[in-house]
Amino acid sequence: MHFNPRSAFAIYQREMARAFRTAFQSILAPVLTTSLYFVVFGSVIGARMEPVGGVPYGAFIIPGLLMLTLLGETTSNASFGIYMPRFTGTIYELLSAPVGVAETLAGFVGAAATKGLILAAIILATARLFVDYEIAYPLLAAVYIMLVASSFALFGFILGIWADSFEKLGIIPMLILTPLTFLGGTFYSIRDLPAPWDAVALVNPIAFLVSGLRFSFYGVADVPIAVSLGLTLGFLGLCTVIIAVIFRTGWRLRE
Amino acid sequence: MDEPILSIRGLTKTYRNGPRALDNVDLDIRPGEIFALLGPNGAGKTTLIGAVCGLVRPSGGTIHAFGHDLSRDWRSARARIGLVPQELATDMFETVWRAVAYSQGLFGKPHNAARIEEILRSLSLWDKKDAQIRALSGGMKRRVLIAKALAHEPELLFLDEPTAGVDVELRKDMWEQIAALKQRGVTIILTTHYIEEAEEMADRVGIIQGGRIRMVDEKRAMMERLGTTEAVIDLTAPLTQLPEALAGFGAVLSEGGTRLTYRGGNGQGRGRAEVAQLAQALTRAGIGFTSLDIHDSSLEDIFVGLLGTEQEVA
Ligand SMILES: Nc1ncnc2c1ncn2[C@@H]1O[C@H](COP(=O)(O)OP(=O)(O)O)[C@@H](O)[C@H]1O
Ligand SMILES: [Mg+2]
Repeated sequence: MHFNPRSAFAIYQREMARAFRTAFQSILAPVLTTSLYFVVFGSVIGARMEPVGGVPYGAFIIPGLLMLTLLGETTSNASFGIYMPRFTGTIYELLSAPVGVAETLAGFVGAAATKGLILAAIILATARLFVDYEIAYPLLAAVYIMLVASSFALFGFILGIWADSFEKLGIIPMLILTPLTFLGGTFYSIRDLPAPWDAVALVNPIAFLVSGLRFSFYGVADVPIAVSLGLTLGFLGLCTVIIAVIFRTGWRLRE
Repeated sequence: MDEPILSIRGLTKTYRNGPRALDNVDLDIRPGEIFALLGPNGAGKTTLIGAVCGLVRPSGGTIHAFGHDLSRDWRSARARIGLVPQELATDMFETVWRAVAYSQGLFGKPHNAARIEEILRSLSLWDKKDAQIRALSGGMKRRVLIAKALAHEPELLFLDEPTAGVDVELRKDMWEQIAALKQRGVTIILTTHYIEEAEEMADRVGIIQGGRIRMVDEKRAMMERLGTTEAVIDLTAPLTQLPEALAGFGAVLSEGGTRLTYRGGNGQGRGRAEVAQLAQALTRAGIGFTSLDIHDSSLEDIFVGLLGTEQEVA
């Protein structure tokens, strides 16, 4: 197995530079959305809500909101990162370089994980303006955020290779990710759902992600943390395998 | 002869739901040469380059570069190959400097600012190094693509229609750049549909049409065939023999001495000049003529000729 760290680093640097070029937008958008959610759900509605599992409602929704933004941003960022070069033709350079799937993914996914952490920090800082909270397992939270960001960067990467139009690029985050995150217990504990909906909700894989992150924050979860972690790792592995196959066959990359 | 730097055997490419873009292509490229791949639009030039550079998956055949089989040892081969694509595909928002530095890293080379500076200066891009690529003209964008392709110091460089849509002045400039690269020992394969370009630049020329290599030859030999001027002069009165004054032109009498035919030239206007001199010499010698028909053989003639023979075979 060959791996050229310089190539991977070049891709990483370029992906980071791309984010910083649009830094204003990439920072302002999540700050604004998070603030809006906190004003509406945290302060206005949250004031009338009971604590969930011993956690005040305003603090309870932080991991879910974080996940909502993280999944959306990471997926669309990674999908654009590979779709645009295909669209403009600049992908020729990546394809003609002595670069394999390992370097490509290390560059793209490494950058996505970094951006995910920065994004999380921004959201948490914004949340701090509205509610008080303490993170029970900060290291676990950071690792978990990086894992989720990496998995969904891979997922976005697949999306960006699959899509052959801008509509298709936008449709998955909008029609699948956002609804599933909303239904995945962002604003409530799925344990509080009436039967049979509490069971139905567990068909939604994102419920496990939200639950996992919430555990790292407050030590409470709808499903065991090991299950959440396992599922995330499984998803990461699945996406990696799919991308390896795509690179091997050249699907949608090489004519 | 040296081992070929690039050796293609039986290369075939059929696009999905598309035409057979390459049909059993054999080609050897010698180290240090400039090879021009000459052919009309749709001939398969870009596909051929794509197959070598990893953009196109061949349907059949083998490609060896630097002795490596590209289907297995693509990494080591690609690190030594550079590509300037036909389309001006650039990262619009990137600066020139960063775009070139990125290419250097992507191809696995350590960052080398001095090398980047040298490349940018040689391409007259130095004062544009901090400009965003989208702010540059088409000719300048093409140079950025060349700079990117040179950033990892390739030994084999592909230039796909480097002067398409470039004005005459820039074209001359580009030719100088290419000549300078050859001086540094880079092997260059360029595609073009301008004969003039092949003529100006190449050591050898390959003519491709309909996905097949129709002929490969030294430029000189090719130009003799491509660049002939033919003049047919019908004389007022038959001649039995050419006067002494006309002997130097190599013209021949036919049709019972009523027709004088000249064939010659170098594809660069010498033929027409000689025909003019011939006509003047005829007048001076008091030989009258009723018509003078001049025809330059062109790439098109060769194609027509090639197509003709193919149809006969078919
Ligand atoms: N991506 C593609 N899909 C289908 N057909 C293609 C594709 N690219 C090129 N072709 C076809 O293959 C043939 C050769 O094209 P190309 O290699 O681009 O020729 P050239 O570069 O000599 O103009 C043409 O008939 C062209 O229409
Ligand atoms: Mg072409």
